[in-house]
Amino acid sequence: MLKSTAAALVLATILPASAFAECVEVTQGNITVSAAWSRATIGTERPAVFYVTIRNDGGSDERLVGIETPVADMPMLHESVMENGAARMSHVDQIVIAPIDAVSLEPGGYHGMLMDLQTELVEGTTFPVTLLFEKSGPVTIDTAVLPLRAREAACEEAL
Amino acid sequence: MRRGALIRGGAGMVAAVGFMLAVGAWRSGDLPWQQQVTETVGTRGADLESMSWQLTSHEGERVSPQSWIGQTSLVFFGFTWCPDVCPMTLLNISDWLEELGPDADGLAVHLVSVDPERDTPEVLADYLSNFDPRISGLTGSPDEVARAADDFNATYRRVPRDDGDYTVDHTAGVMVFDPDGRLSSIIDLHDDPKFAVPKIRRAMEREV
Repeated sequence: MLKSTAAALVLATILPASAFAECVEVTQGNITVSAAWSRATIGTERPAVFYVTIRNDGGSDERLVGIETPVADMPMLHESVMENGAARMSHVDQIVIAPIDAVSLEPGGYHGMLMDLQTELVEGTTFPVTLLFEKSGPVTIDTAVLPLRAREAACEEAL
Repeated sequence: MRRGALIRGGAGMVAAVGFMLAVGAWRSGDLPWQQQVTETVGTRGADLESMSWQLTSHEGERVSPQSWIGQTSLVFFGFTWCPDVCPMTLLNISDWLEELGPDADGLAVHLVSVDPERDTPEVLADYLSNFDPRISGLTGSPDEVARAADDFNATYRRVPRDDGDYTVDHTAGVMVFDPDGRLSSIIDLHDDPKFAVPKIRRAMEREV
């Protein structure tokens, strides 16, 4: 009994690591960017999304002030907001990452909106996104294009 | 609250507590949209029989509210140009259908487009082919969509962007109608997923 419990525990710790590839992680100064992903698009007419996790190991606030990518001419930082049962998207000028903290751009909250898409995003491919930080400067990360049905990064974050 | 949640370890605890607080707020009905929901139930948008909209499905068929009587129906408003919230809603619904298993066969799921200008039946069919095949799309002329939104007591607003393009703000909850055509509940986007399927089952148990 004890043995099988122990075996199950070992399995439980091993499985997540083997089920997911490790996320691409880029560190620059105090900032580490990881788990960058997007959804495949149908053609280029609709805006695409960009999700990512940002960790700040520094002793003061860092600010994400913009994003750039060759796949879209008008990338912007947005936030989905719920008000009285209605969903609204608002443009955000900056996203603050507190010291020794992490912020995720994730479904239903902060996200990058990739408008004026220049190329269809095809599942299984990657594209670069450059995050513009106030103090740490530009940080570029390869972004995985996941199926339209994806709801989270397909990799294990090593945070 | 969700912001600091992704650091593994210590912050995980913070996230867990935050989540419990959120569930607590939901249960006590303190969240602003829940009060909105309470007002909706029992007034407008509460009964399919009293509605008069007519829309066209992604398969090109004309649909009226009365055609949904006799089965449990999930209805939500959205549009296919919506990059964040709408895929999330579609994925949530796909999860619920999967959890319901064979019981979901008696269920009809409808996305009503708040962007009839771009979401033609063909565009809806193309987009929805990426999600659970039991989810159907509805669209129509701008007047037809406005009528439907009014009947369901849903709101939407076209918001122009600087580059000449536009996005649409819209009611985000999933309305659950029982087989009698009465509004049984509304599942909010941020509702705890474990309350969603019981809400659907409660509506399904109301046999005609």
